Amino acid sequence: MDKPADWTTGQEAILYQLCGACGKPQYFRRGFCAACGSTELIEKRASGKGTVYATSVVMRAATAETRAHVPYNIVLVDTEEGFRMMAHGATILKIGDAVTARFATFAGRLVPYFENST
Amino acid sequence: MSFITGVGLTPYGKHEGLTSLDLMSKAAELAVADAGLRRGEIDGILCGYSTVSPHIMLATVFAEHFGVRPSYAHAVQVGGATGLAMAMLAHHLVDAGVVKHVLVVGGENRLTGQSRDASIVALAQVGHPDYEVPLGPTIPAYYGLVASRYMHEYGVTEEDLAEFSVLMRAHALTHPGAQFHEPITVADVMASKPVASPLKLLDCCPVSDGGAAFVISREPTNTARVKIRGCAQAHTHQHVTAAPALSELGAEIAIAKAKEASGVAIPDVRYAAVYDSFTITLAMLLEDLGLAKRGEAAARVRAGHFSRDGAMPLNTHGGLLSYGHCGVGGAMAHLVETHLQMTDRAGNRQVRDASVALLHGDGGVLSSHVSMFLERV
Repeated sequence: MDKPADWTTGQEAILYQLCGACGKPQYFRRGFCAACGSTELIEKRASGKGTVYATSVVMRAATAETRAHVPYNIVLVDTEEGFRMMAHGATILKIGDAVTARFATFAGRLVPYFENST
Repeated sequence: MSFITGVGLTPYGKHEGLTSLDLMSKAAELAVADAGLRRGEIDGILCGYSTVSPHIMLATVFAEHFGVRPSYAHAVQVGGATGLAMAMLAHHLVDAGVVKHVLVVGGENRLTGQSRDASIVALAQVGHPDYEVPLGPTIPAYYGLVASRYMHEYGVTEEDLAEFSVLMRAHALTHPGAQFHEPITVADVMASKPVASPLKLLDCCPVSDGGAAFVISREPTNTARVKIRGCAQAHTHQHVTAAPALSELGAEIAIAKAKEASGVAIPDVRYAAVYDSFTITLAMLLEDLGLAKRGEAAARVRAGHFSRDGAMPLNTHGGLLSYGHCGVGGAMAHLVETHLQMTDRAGNRQVRDASVALLHGDGGVLSSHVSMFLERV
């Protein structure tokens, strides 16, 4: 598969795949739909809007590069498009908050960063 | 049919200068002797993995090192669930007549063989390489995410979680092989260094050196009569991002299937050995398994329910949280302790009745589950 033009390759975008057969969205990119096996996948760009599902503020990082960013909030966000993703977020985020993604630099890489929607 | 005929366990903590193979061999030697067998009678070997000394054929490396020529041997890798997954496979192997005596072994110099940071980095790789690991999560963060959600849905507090750490430490104080021997309080847990919210240092198991082993045989080899009644697995996801809802996690699926396979029900159980990598892991699993109602496990800890003299003694050696966690051997210590309890050999830790036991292991981020019922016959 081609590399996705999203944050995992340094582009300011969150991409997902929508199954043309069963209609399920999936976030982890594959050549087929993990729900039904169909290869009719439509590449979509997510709005960046969602709701906080879970949070954990990391205070003890394991590498020199990540330690420089402590504390940083790892969040799971349920997106408007129906898939869940891991990202960074403001440390004040609470479960259930409506959030919108921007992008930030973390340990030399681009990562999605969620803040409260205004 | 299958019986656990022998067990072996080293102290956990620091074993300066010992390799993973050394620790595996020590535990294996103890287990083979405990079963009353000679090395040459071992015809099956299952072993876990070592993050310090990875090898593509660890079981045969170990077999050669230990001096046996088995007719069946390979490694198994299911993270923290590996020990019980091996016990399950050994049960089926001897039951099917493939081999007579399977030596199951795990051991690693995870504490002294590498830096703690190296260990944390290695373990964080259970995360998705593209969509999770670049975000700098750690294993405590993966479980911190689950904890935040569990606390949100069921009203569990950080003080509730601390109770599990205090209980495991209280149990470890009575075991000379445990890594920690200083008593702790809920206040100590609450005041310990934040690691990944809501988890603090004392909510997390340590990194340890150690080894554990057991022998699973088709027939009893000695006076121990600990029978595997039934077991089952469930695997719902690998990465926490792909985990199902809290009400659909694998522990509930595995225990339901294990009950069906064994004919054992929760009210029959007299002793519990449950995976406790973090306080949240233990709290959730106890409730998923039906050993406490949803959100009520901590209240049962406070009431003494899971203490040595309580109605459901739990991890009387101190669990991963306080006996220690050397990787694959970590949860195998739970089975070793269960066996000692079931054969009345637990000394000052001995519970009144351990005739039927429930064991449960979890690997990844509540990803892989194994439930098992044992009965003294």
